[in-house]
Order: sequence, then C-alpha cells, then structure tokens
Amino acid sequence: MMTNTVYPALVVIAPLLTALFCSGFSWVEKRICYPVAGAGLLVATYSAFRVLLEVLAEGTVQYRMAGWAPPFGIEFRIDLLNALVLLVVAAISLVNLVASHRFVIRDMDDRSGTFYAIYLLFVTGLLGVVATGDLFNLYVLLEITSLTSYAQIAMGDPDRGPLASLNYVFIGVIGASFYLLGVGYIYIKTGSLNMVDVASILPALQDSSAILIAFIFCMIGVWIKMALFPLHIWLPNAYTYAPLPASRVIAPLMTKVMVYVMIRLMLTVFGLDYIFEKLDIAKAVVWLSTAAILAGGVMALAQRDIKKMAAYIIVSEIGYMVGGAWLGNKIGMTGSILHIMNDAVMTFALFLAAGNLAFKLGDVRFKNLENSFAKMPWTMTGFVLAGFSIIGVPPTCGFFSKWYLVLGGIEAGAYHFVAALIISSLICAVLFFRIFEIGFFSGESHGRDHGHSAGPEMAEAPVSMLIPLGITSIFLIGLGLYSGVIVNRIIHPFLG
Amino acid sequence: MAPGASIAFKVDGLGMLFALVASFLWMNTTMYSIGYMRGLDEHGQTRFYAFFALAVSATIGVAFSANLLTLYLFYEILSLATYPLVTHHQDQKSKISGRRYLIFILGTSIGLVLPAMLYCYSVTGTLEFTTQGIFQAGQLSKPAMATLLLMFVLGFAKAGIMPVHSWLPAAMVAPTPVSALLHAVAVVKVGVFSIVRVITCIFGVDLLSSLNLGTTVATLASVTILAASCIALSQDELKRRVAFSTISQLSYIVLGVAPLTPKGLLGGIIHIVMHAFGKITLFFCAGAIMVATGKKYISQMEGLGKKMPITFAAFFIGALGVIGLPPAGGFFSKWFLILGTLESGQMIFLVVLLVSSFLNAFYFLPVVYKGFFSGQAEKEPAAGSGIEEAPFCCVAPLVITAVISIVLFFMPTVFVDLIKTALGL
Repeated sequence: MMTNTVYPALVVIAPLLTALFCSGFSWVEKRICYPVAGAGLLVATYSAFRVLLEVLAEGTVQYRMAGWAPPFGIEFRIDLLNALVLLVVAAISLVNLVASHRFVIRDMDDRSGTFYAIYLLFVTGLLGVVATGDLFNLYVLLEITSLTSYAQIAMGDPDRGPLASLNYVFIGVIGASFYLLGVGYIYIKTGSLNMVDVASILPALQDSSAILIAFIFCMIGVWIKMALFPLHIWLPNAYTYAPLPASRVIAPLMTKVMVYVMIRLMLTVFGLDYIFEKLDIAKAVVWLSTAAILAGGVMALAQRDIKKMAAYIIVSEIGYMVGGAWLGNKIGMTGSILHIMNDAVMTFALFLAAGNLAFKLGDVRFKNLENSFAKMPWTMTGFVLAGFSIIGVPPTCGFFSKWYLVLGGIEAGAYHFVAALIISSLICAVLFFRIFEIGFFSGESHGRDHGHSAGPEMAEAPVSMLIPLGITSIFLIGLGLYSGVIVNRIIHPFLG
Repeated sequence: MAPGASIAFKVDGLGMLFALVASFLWMNTTMYSIGYMRGLDEHGQTRFYAFFALAVSATIGVAFSANLLTLYLFYEILSLATYPLVTHHQDQKSKISGRRYLIFILGTSIGLVLPAMLYCYSVTGTLEFTTQGIFQAGQLSKPAMATLLLMFVLGFAKAGIMPVHSWLPAAMVAPTPVSALLHAVAVVKVGVFSIVRVITCIFGVDLLSSLNLGTTVATLASVTILAASCIALSQDELKRRVAFSTISQLSYIVLGVAPLTPKGLLGGIIHIVMHAFGKITLFFCAGAIMVATGKKYISQMEGLGKKMPITFAAFFIGALGVIGLPPAGGFFSKWFLILGTLESGQMIFLVVLLVSSFLNAFYFLPVVYKGFFSGQAEKEPAAGSGIEEAPFCCVAPLVITAVISIVLFFMPTVFVDLIKTALGL
C-alpha cells in the first residue's frame, strides 16, 4: 500500500535533522543539545509506533523518497517485521538517551554536542537500515551506522578505546566491502537494487554462480558485522572500551539490526526456496551457530568484568538468532525474530544496570561489586531481572524466544542446537549467579549471623538512570507475558 | 503463547488440597518466624519476609497450574525466591550451601525438565493437564517414554529423589522457619506435587501402567527411602536428621504414586498432608530448642525435655506422625500406602515400607527418650531448672500443628474425600 502519511520518513528524518542541529548549535549553546536530541528521538519513536499501527491495520507500507517510483527511486518498505524492529530501535535509543544524560555531563561535558550529534546519526543509520527497501541504500546507511559507531567507541577509554575502535574499523570495513561486492554482483545480474524487484528477478537466476557468490558475499558481510563466531573478534573490546552511553545502545542494537538484515536478505531478497532447496549449507550454518553459542558462553565464563562478559554473551546470543533463522522451519524463524526484540531489550537492560553500577562504583570489574545489593538495591533488581531473562527463566521474555528456538530445533532434528541452547542457559546461570554471589555475600569471612550489623550505606544511582532501568525491566516481564500476542499478531502474519 | 501452552490456572481437588496445606501452614509459620527472627534479632528481616511471601505465592501457583508450562514457571520462581532465604546468613557457609542448592535445583530444572517439557510439547502439541494424559498410545516408543519420565522425576529435584537429594541437607543452613515451611512443606512438596502431576496428568496412569514404567520410579524411590533413613540415623545435628528423614518421606509419596494403583495414589497424596503437619512440627521444635537454649546437636539434648516439656511433647507427636503410628494422622497414609503395595502385588515395596518405618522409629524416638528420661545432666539442678520454653510465638505454632496432627487421625475424611474426588475414585 502506498502511504499518504509521512511517518515512515519521519522515523529516519527526525533524528537526522536533530543530529545536524546538535552539531551546529553546540558551538552556540551546548545545553540545548540534550532536549533537542530527546525531542528528535521522541518523534522517531512516536512515528515508529504509528507506522506499526498502520502496518497492523493495513499491511505493508511503502514510502517513495521524493516521489520517485521504484525500482528507480529509493523506497522505504515497511512490513510487520521491520515495523517491529524500528519501534524497538527507536524506543531503546530514546530511553538510553535519558539514562545517559548524567553520564554525558560527567564524562564528556566538553564534547557533549559532538557526542549527541554522532549518537543521533548512529540511530538514524540504524533506523534507515531497517526501514529501507533498497539494497544499496542499505549499504549507505549501514556505513553511516558503522562510521558513527567507530567514532563513539573511540571517545571511550582513553587508553584502549582508540585501539579497539581501529580494530573494529579494519574488520568492519572488510565486512561492509563483502556486502557491497555482493550487492554489486546482484546489480550486474539483475540491473536492480530494489529488494522486491530483485526478488522477482532472482528465481530465474537460481543456477547462476554469480548469484551464488553474491549470496555468500552478502552473508559473510552481515556475519562479520553481527559478530557471528568466529568473525566476532572485533566485538568484545569495542563494546567494553566504548563510553557507556554509546556501548549501551551499540551493543543491544547494532548486532540485532544486522540479524534483521540477514533475515531480510533471506526472506525477502533471496527467498527460502533458493536458500533451503537450492543450496545445501543450512546444516553447516546451524552447526556454526551451535559453535557460536557455546564458544560465546565459555569465553564469557573467563571474564572478570560485567561489560566484557556481556559482550561475550552477545556473541553467544547471535548464535541463537542465526541458528533459529537457518533451521529452515517457521517456528525456528519465529524464535529468531522474537529473539531480535527480546535480546535487544534484555541486553539493553543488562547494560543499563552495568551503567548504573559503573556510575557509582567507577568500573564494573567483579571485585568492585561487593555488597552491591545492599548499596544499590534497585539497580541490582534490574540487573537480576536482566540476568534471569538471559538465562531464560519464565516469565521473562528470554524464556519465550528460547522456547520457540528449542521447539524449532526439535522439529528440524537439530539436537546439537537444542543441546547448545540448554547448555547456554546453564552457563548463563553460572555467569549471573557468580555476580549475585559477589554482590550478596559480604566479602569478609565472618558472617552476619545475628544482630543488625551496620551494613553498607545505600548509594543508588540517580533517578534519571533508575527510571529507564525500571521501565526496561518491566518490559522484560511484559514482553514475556505478551509474547503470545506478539507472535500471533506480528510474527506469524509476517511469516504467513 | 502458542495454543496448548498458555499461562493458565485451574483448580482441581489435588491442587486445592496442596494449596490449602501450604497456605495454612504458611500462616502458622509466619507467626513462628516472627518469634524466631525477632527472638534471635536476625538481620535483613524485610528481605526475609518479602521473599518468604513470594515463595508461598509461587507454591500456590504451582498448585493451581493448569498446564506444565505454568507449573514450570512457578517452579522456577520458587527456586529463585528461596535462594535469598536459604542463604539468609550471608556468610561463607551459606554461600557454599546456596551454590549447591542452585546447582541441583536450577541445574536439573533447566537441564532436564525444560528439554523434556519442550519435547513433550513438540510431540503432542499441548501441555494441558488432562486426566488421561496427553500422549496417545504408541506415540512414543517405550525407551523414549522411560527417558522422558526419568528426566521429569530427576529434573524436579525438589522432590529429593536420590541422586539429586543432596541440596536438601545443605539448605539446612537457612533460618529454621525457612527449613520448616520450605523444606518440609512448600519446596519439597512442590517437587513431589510436580512429579505426581506429570505422572497422572501428562503421561496418564493407564499409559504408564500399560508400559509398566511405574516400577522403575518406585525402585528409585525405594532406594532413596532406605538410604536416606540410614543416613538419618547417623546424623547428630537435629535439623540434619530431620532433613534426611524428609528425603526418605518424600519418596514415600513417590512410591505411593508410582505403582499406579488407586489405593497407592490415595496414600501417596494423603501423605503430602500428613507428612507436612508432622514434619513441620519437628522443624518447629528443632528451632524452638535452638532459640531457647542455642543447642543444635542431639547429643546435647539430654534432659532438655524437662525444661521444655511442651516442645518435646510436640516433637513426640510429630515423630509419631512421621513414623506412621496412631494417634497421629500419619498412620492413615502409611495404611493406604501399604494397601497400595498389596494391591499392586509387589511385595518388595511392602518390605521397604515396613523396614523404613522401623528405621524412622530408630532415629526419632531416641531424641524424645534422651529429652525426657536421660537425666544425667539434671543430677545437679542448675539455677534455672524450671520450665524454660521458647517465646510464645515459637511455641504456639508447634502446638497447633501437633494438635492438628492428632486431629487428622480422628477425622481424616475431609482430606480423604477431597482426594477421592480429585482422583475420581
């Protein structure tokens, strides 16, 4: 359906305009940047919400940039899948902006205008990648996202940040180049860049080896960008040494958006027939994701810092989503899509809690966390809920996506994948309860058997950081309880 | 959620019975814990009561679950809500015990129950509790069924069937009210209740008996009963002795249900009630002794019965209930359990029941004897040789539960009828 409303464009334009405004006006009055950025993301979130409602009511929404008809012009094409992802991305970046305000004032007040501008551009890129229906446009927006994330990471830890960023640049550029090459092959063979248009031409070219190469290049490109094991080496340092306001949005969203791109390429562009009937690589990819799940978990076990541990958990979670998508059945794909949303929310909650801890404690190495339950009970409550969701304890949302993934694995007969999911739950239980133990039990050897011992004073994070964490934690449970609605109303209609 | 796996409640006779027992004893235990926690001036009482209440609501949730998914959900909430209770003292010892608690409880529920449940769902498309079970005959081969059944029976580690029992003695580091309610009633019975539900409502009695799978479970339970009883004999710490007794008593329930005879089912389920009242009395007594005198070991308790006559009298009644002697309600559950084994014709299980009853008597009655009759310590009466009971809030609940144990002997019909309706007998 051609839409008459401007919401699909507004989702992307609003943060873009405010980004430009922030970079310009920060020279005049830098305090104005925060409210302006907030307004921009609020508009984006509201628009994303309206788009979702529109898509739910009337089906796929098309928006032609500047009125040019596809396949010549750029088209934003929003169906149930990317409407959902758009809303998740916009809402999380809005909440994170609020939660990060105090951080920005404390750590980078002199550079706040720059930071907000880059942050907004990053979000613009993500939203654009999700909204667009054009393969090359996707590449351009992807590069905006990547470049801004390199910049944000370099603003972090003064010793390690720039190096981590450089490392990410090298590998990120390789990933983007793979994707671009793939798109080039597609363009040469089909003469089109519009996804739907390409999809209508490709079935005739199924035997073409150029298309095969294009497919492989595109997949390797997105796998590098999403850090699928063993292409993950750039991720842990980049996410650990980035400034928290940035890593809290890069970590949950960047990888999830790349999973979205993979699923979009699989479902919309190349088509399931081509991938599962013509090519015989699905089993290998599921094995690869099994390895990713286990390797991510084991490497997370070796960490002694919450941020780094969370980064390896992401490596493991990527395995969940890739595996689910490549199982080759509807239920696995359902789990994969549901997990895009759930994992974004739960890693975001985890990073929010880590941010609160870091704000009060300096850093989040495990040995700093003693007595954290007594000092920061609200933050730790959020942390516990995020942990439970990642472990997969019902009724948090992580349980339900795992539910679909495991069922998909059983249906496909991929028992190694099922086993990896279960083992990963157990590993995550160890990971989190190890931290709970440090926070809960007093470090000193004598107990506090009886009597009201004078425990450590409560020293919570500021309210502007607690409320975002509280909201996100409520969503962890809310999304879990309503996962049936989300699946029945959004994911199943999308998958048909 | 997907069809056949919503989060839903359904109250039937069995669930009602369990919920009644758990909630009634919770009230009692709350009173007791006020006496105990205030008496010892424990730290972190707000947290304690909050998680205590959460644990009970999760227990009721398990009792009222309409399907396996809901049951699993509340089962997990219960595991996690009880962790801060078990590790309440926050010292090194409770840290180690808490670790063991989690490894066993969470490890088995994620590692065994979750995959088994998902597999059931994948095969049958539903997890709803129905009286015939959700499997069609011949849907799965016998080895697959046996594996699933074992995954459930061992996965619900709260039931304490060997070899997944050792969290229970470790969890005794908790404050006594926690041990009393959670490890005599709520947590452990949730484990047993879940097993009963899975056997009767997921697999279905008919299907299991046609495949003759009950015997496997019954054998596991028998081994647990005898081994745990023997270990209990050797324990000197009163709470640990009671804990091992719990392990063996829980398996009575499983042993009653596993042969899949109507009488056995009745006996097993009624034992949930009878054992709850008897065992909580014993724990209350152990705690009252601890509060009043600070003594934890049986060897220290000589002559203590003269100081604390009410407590020791209640202990005696509780012990009778657990052993299964009149005039305590436990007599009836033993009675039906024995009838059940006779009905199934497997005499070996009858022998297990009788031998273990003797063992029960051997490990509980000496405590009472020592308390009342072993008067060595009282040769030279100390200054305060009068009656020194624990605070009122500690004593009243244990009197109530002890009295109810006796009342249940004289009028067990309320519960028996409820169970009979539940089982459709």
